[in-house]
Amino acid sequence: MRLTLDIWRQKNANDPGQFVRYQVTANEHMSFLEMLDVLNQDLIVKGEEPVAFDSDCREGICGMCGFVINGSPHGPVHGSTVCQLHMRHFKDGDALTLEPWRARALPVVKDLVVNRSAFDRVIQAGGYISTRTGSAPEANSILVPKEAADRSMEAAACLGCAACVAVCPNASAALFTGAKLAHLGLLPQGQPERYERALAMVDQTVLEGFGHCTLMGECEAVCPAHVPLEVIPRMNRDFFRASVRKREPKELVGGG
Amino acid sequence: MALDAKIPSGPIEKKWTEHKAHMKLVNPANKRKYTVIVVGTGLAGGAAAASLGELGYNVLSFCFQDSPRRAHSIAAQGGINAAKNYQNDGDSVYRLFYDTVKGGDFRSREANVYRLAEVSANIIDQCAAQGVPFGREYGGTLANRSFGGAQVSRTFYARGQTGQQLLLGAYQALSRQIASGQVKMYARHEMLDLVLIDGRARGIVVRNLETGAIQSFLGDAVVLATGGYGNVFYLSTNAKGSNASAIWRAHRRGAFFANPCYTQIHPTCIPKSGDYQSKLTLMSESLRNDGRVWVPKRKADGRPPDQIPEDERDYYLERIYPSYGNLAPRDVSSRQAKYRCDEGLGVGPGGLGVYLDFAEAIKRLGKKTISERYGNLFEMYERITGEDPYRVPMRIYPAVHYTMGGLWVDYSLMSNVPGLFVGGEANFSDHGANRLGASALMQGLADGYFILPLTVGDYLASGGMAKADLNHPAFKDAEREAKARIEGYLAVKGSRTVDSYWRELGSIMWEECGMARSRESLERALQKIPALREDYQKNMKVLGSAGDLNQELEKANRVADFFELGELICADALNREESCGGHFRVEHQTPDGEAKRDDSNFAYAAAWEWKGAKERQALHKEPLVFENIQLATRSYK
Repeated sequence: MRLTLDIWRQKNANDPGQFVRYQVTANEHMSFLEMLDVLNQDLIVKGEEPVAFDSDCREGICGMCGFVINGSPHGPVHGSTVCQLHMRHFKDGDALTLEPWRARALPVVKDLVVNRSAFDRVIQAGGYISTRTGSAPEANSILVPKEAADRSMEAAACLGCAACVAVCPNASAALFTGAKLAHLGLLPQGQPERYERALAMVDQTVLEGFGHCTLMGECEAVCPAHVPLEVIPRMNRDFFRASVRKREPKELVGGG
Repeated sequence: MALDAKIPSGPIEKKWTEHKAHMKLVNPANKRKYTVIVVGTGLAGGAAAASLGELGYNVLSFCFQDSPRRAHSIAAQGGINAAKNYQNDGDSVYRLFYDTVKGGDFRSREANVYRLAEVSANIIDQCAAQGVPFGREYGGTLANRSFGGAQVSRTFYARGQTGQQLLLGAYQALSRQIASGQVKMYARHEMLDLVLIDGRARGIVVRNLETGAIQSFLGDAVVLATGGYGNVFYLSTNAKGSNASAIWRAHRRGAFFANPCYTQIHPTCIPKSGDYQSKLTLMSESLRNDGRVWVPKRKADGRPPDQIPEDERDYYLERIYPSYGNLAPRDVSSRQAKYRCDEGLGVGPGGLGVYLDFAEAIKRLGKKTISERYGNLFEMYERITGEDPYRVPMRIYPAVHYTMGGLWVDYSLMSNVPGLFVGGEANFSDHGANRLGASALMQGLADGYFILPLTVGDYLASGGMAKADLNHPAFKDAEREAKARIEGYLAVKGSRTVDSYWRELGSIMWEECGMARSRESLERALQKIPALREDYQKNMKVLGSAGDLNQELEKANRVADFFELGELICADALNREESCGGHFRVEHQTPDGEAKRDDSNFAYAAAWEWKGAKERQALHKEPLVFENIQLATRSYK
């Protein structure tokens, strides 16, 4: 099949960038990224710089790949990353527009590559259970109801790809943040830090420049890991509860 | 020279406890005076960096991906082994140790494997405490599944995403240390060289992949946990970025490379569909718990699988290995699949595939149970092939998956270069000639959480480090060399793309040094690889500049190292005149096609020493002594 691609080309963070049109011949068994590989090989032979895009595992789990195809993050087929999108979903003559995630918190590095370190900092703000190596009790001494474990796993499946931010009209990171809060907050091990965690992580998303969530639900629709929207109200509940209960640390250590 | 692994004396079940009891310690106030460099943020590297940070060392952590959470450990699907005996099915530390040594075809070091089995239970405790959402029983206890090469159920799992969840556990622990300032994280940084001062590992040279800046970092010890080298074969189940440059550059600086020819070909991968193929996708071994492997009995049987009656199918693994059946180990299953395809019984395009059939399991357990167990794998299979495995059997074929070889390390996971530690798939120590399923995650986390944080401390406490800084000539020289190398790729301005060379190298490796190797094929490879490499150096075409993100340039550097490593793999395979595990020399097989070891001549780890670009590498042998397990012919019949 012959395809026309309008691809966002941007040399670096300071370059204004522009769309450039390319023609490529693909076959239906290729993955979308393999189609771009073919394009890039052609470009190199012709002496043009290849299109930069991120990818690593190419089996839909590492979360490194992702860009917008005709307005849809990871492309028209929902429920997987772009590395798992195959060309059989396209037809001869299709015209596709490829552009990077667009959000203030995710600046473009080059072409279709963006900087997602804001996500790392949101996790650093509290997306963990504080346990030292070696201090863990026998695993079966912590019983976790199967349903809690399963729901926690649903949320924990988040890839950190940022498609949720890219599709959100507010560029909110609520699904990403809510997923981590639900993963840890649904487990007994996550209870001691549950509320401080919610405050710290949500605060960090504001500092990073992510927008507020207005529960449009588009994030859930494009999430390649099927993280359910319910993690967001859950996050809001924990956040409000934490805000109300919050006390100054001075009072906590008082009495001495 | 016989290598000394510094294995502690005493009975095997006491070695690690005794060794730990006599390690030198760094006092808490002094820990902050030491800096440890950790390259790689997978299970081994991420866990080590987090744990060393918790102890109070200054840690510098590096990864080439955009975030430490992307390391390829994330792609491990099926599970992690641990000798918990929660199933009451007779498991024990000894049995896990025995299975692993036998699974490795008696080519691993007993003491290391025993320790691995010993700490396996702690790993599950650690990960459960971190909030890894393992599969659970209705009563709330942890669930298990079975994996290849074992007759007990000892594999813990988080759906088909166990590696992802364990890695996120380590990543979160690492994030906590980054937030506290104890670990400094450098993402999108690739290691270009190791720096030695007075013969000790004291730092690394890295390239910032976003800005192109080449920079050195000084430390008191260096830990490499940079994964395996399966991408030498171009097509493998590894991530596109997985590369051998860190360990290869350390090798060129003096670290011995052990058993490079031990490469694992995984039996259940989705077959290649065309020349544009960029990687191969694994279908978890756990599928073989319920899936049955078969081929038609008739050659070139063109009928669709559902029209081939039961008595015209050959469930060859069940037939040949009645006691293990479809759960025969990976090397054995891959070889049998190859034999069937060589006999012309293969299915799918080019006859390069066998069926993995769930029809019987779906009838027995129901579609719902199968979907609970393997839902995401079935979805992935359908996404890639366009076929629904609930209705038609999967087609699978072996693919390069894991490399058991790696940098040689002693009992403390330190290479022969003092101060250079190696963990996870990057070292050679625990899996012998074949790794069992669900053991890679176990080893990565054992090294990262429970071994390296202690042994690195022991090394630091032993002292003897000279004062050094980044102006030392060793740093300046290494930086200059790295710069010249990087700029050199751009200066060639040839006519062939890096990928085209990489594919050709990969196809030489697969054809001549893949599932079956012979003296002739290896000698052919040793002719072809240097010739292709020479052409590569003269005719590669890399565009763009060295001053910003340039993915082709990154690749050019990795492929240059793959060429040299590919040659060493073939040389090692040629030297090893026996068959064992994943290394199968056609000259050495039993009448029924099984691997035939030669214990009297080859019960050793082959550690190769770099002697210069134009010289043959020197072979050093570490004899493998088996005191607790009797060497026996490995049988799964």
